[in-house]
Amino acid sequence: MKILRLPKSPKVLLGLGIVGFFILLTIIGPWLAPYSPSATNFAANLTPSAHHWLGTTSLGQDIYSQLLVGARATMVVALVAGLVATVLSVTIGVAAGYLGGLPDDGLSLLSNVFLAIPGLPLLIVIDSYLPVNSRSNSFVIGLIISLTGWAWGARVLRAQTMSLRNRDFVEAARIIGEKRHRIMFTEIAPNLLPVLASSFLFTVLYSIGAYVTLAYIGLTSTAVWNWGTMLYWAQANNAPLSNEWYWFVPPGICIALVGTGLALVNFGIDEFINPRLRAAGITSRQRRKLGLPRRVRLGLTPVLRTTRAPRVNPAPAKLVSQ
Amino acid sequence: MIGRRLSLYALTAWVAITVNFLLPRLMPGNPVQTMIGKLTGQVTPAEMNAIQLSFGGSFKHGLFSQYITYLTQLLHGNFGVSITLGAPVGAILRESVPWTVGLIGFSTIISFAVGTFAGALLGWTRGSRLDSLIPAATFFQAIPYFFLGTVMLLVFASNLHWFPVLGAYSQNVTPGWNWAFVGNVIRYGELPVISIVLSSIAGWMLGMRNMMITMVGEDFVLMAVAKGLPRRKVIMHAARNAVLPSIANLSLAIGLVVSGALLVELVFNYPGVGDLLLQAVLNEDYPLIQGIFLVITLTVLCANLIADVVYLALDPRTRTEAAV
Repeated sequence: MKILRLPKSPKVLLGLGIVGFFILLTIIGPWLAPYSPSATNFAANLTPSAHHWLGTTSLGQDIYSQLLVGARATMVVALVAGLVATVLSVTIGVAAGYLGGLPDDGLSLLSNVFLAIPGLPLLIVIDSYLPVNSRSNSFVIGLIISLTGWAWGARVLRAQTMSLRNRDFVEAARIIGEKRHRIMFTEIAPNLLPVLASSFLFTVLYSIGAYVTLAYIGLTSTAVWNWGTMLYWAQANNAPLSNEWYWFVPPGICIALVGTGLALVNFGIDEFINPRLRAAGITSRQRRKLGLPRRVRLGLTPVLRTTRAPRVNPAPAKLVSQ
Repeated sequence: MIGRRLSLYALTAWVAITVNFLLPRLMPGNPVQTMIGKLTGQVTPAEMNAIQLSFGGSFKHGLFSQYITYLTQLLHGNFGVSITLGAPVGAILRESVPWTVGLIGFSTIISFAVGTFAGALLGWTRGSRLDSLIPAATFFQAIPYFFLGTVMLLVFASNLHWFPVLGAYSQNVTPGWNWAFVGNVIRYGELPVISIVLSSIAGWMLGMRNMMITMVGEDFVLMAVAKGLPRRKVIMHAARNAVLPSIANLSLAIGLVVSGALLVELVFNYPGVGDLLLQAVLNEDYPLIQGIFLVITLTVLCANLIADVVYLALDPRTRTEAAV
């Protein structure tokens, strides 16, 4: 991917690795599961063993299978919500930033109103009115979550579009007589990509949290296995207070890992957008090899290049100060 | 600027109120009518009337006249009657809101102060070993609030017995303004506060760090160093300017923190709005759900307004320019 060259810092690689692993789990998880997650034909409350890696629930269900099967519903809802919310925020944010004037005022007001309403309580109110059969539908839930999660992305995209709109290359395209949609899609859109990617990841992160929370308080169908329903059943059967850590800790850790992975990739995108942040991504070993000072003090905020500079002078690396 | 924000919040409050009115009518199967149908015989006719009025009166009237009835009832403070608790929603909320405002407000202030301070340090010492704190902080941020709360409750309260287990105060003290009770409430609040702070601190820390890194490159910081100011003063110079975006973002973040913290109440059995909301949801107690949603939204809007006023006081530029 030429457009989005992520800095190859260990942080970003770790993030990509984690996210990749869980995407794989989403696809193959249900096939890997040794048992059916709902089957109740084992002894209840078994501790982890070779047969049941994470033990069994108080109904005698295999927890490891629930974890593997639950990955899919969790990730699918998060992706659906992330995609829909991103489409909404691009449409509203870019239109507001590009058109300016009255449409901008209206659209900004809309996103500011949605930003000010606390998302989860709104979600709970909407969800509590849903008929029970819609609550088990991943797409309906994803759609509702996206309704409460698009506004932040729209605000960021609007700001970026506004700053791009007046750049010289866009001005030049306009003077040449390019059509408006061509300017929007070929001149402005590619430059929005990093911001777009970052807001998509943020929304997916938010959606996982929102979905798991809804499931945890029992507002999604408890028949659909996801990490939130696992926590719901664990809580309902008092697993935390009776020390059955193997029941409620694994889904929590999985949620946190996916979130960490997404956030780490997002750091990479942030450093791509703002190279000043990148100096932190260079390891001390690389620093030594390049002959850079161990720590960059103030005044100059350098953009550090790990690639070898052309040998014009004997200096081992180039320190470009802004 | 404040005038603009005020009208935004007024509009938002109106949207929230209207959403509350429209939602039950937009949903398939008309859940409210079903609920009222089920209630016949369970509640007194007077309570039934109050519930029906709080939803806009009889469904036989036109939509607009229902809306007017609904608004008038709200203005008179009639949020309806809770079905399961059998008491007016307003009275129930008056008891639980102070707990939530105290818990979440206190945690947010601590989290903001500590996170911003740590972020300023991290930004200043960028590239040092302290940077390894960042992935750790990110991990804590990615954990759902309620899960972290559960784990902390399990480890520190039920196993190590460092903190009391559940509730907001011990059964042995009588509520009132005396030292024994206040001390007890603080003692019971420690663990919920710590878990909310741990979950929310990373956001402040990272935002501040990134702003600090940008700020350190500015000329005025270089100037401060050139003048030979002691390092602590230079950091203060940069930090005071870097903190402004954090405060501007406060209004965005409060909604997120409140959303997460409501569930912490649930984990710790804290007698606030979060716990109440869950009970209401489980029992399909629609008047209570709607009342809670409105109160949470209005409280968050007030908090936003306070954050805006603080921002205005700290950044003199906003007083002359019409910047939002």
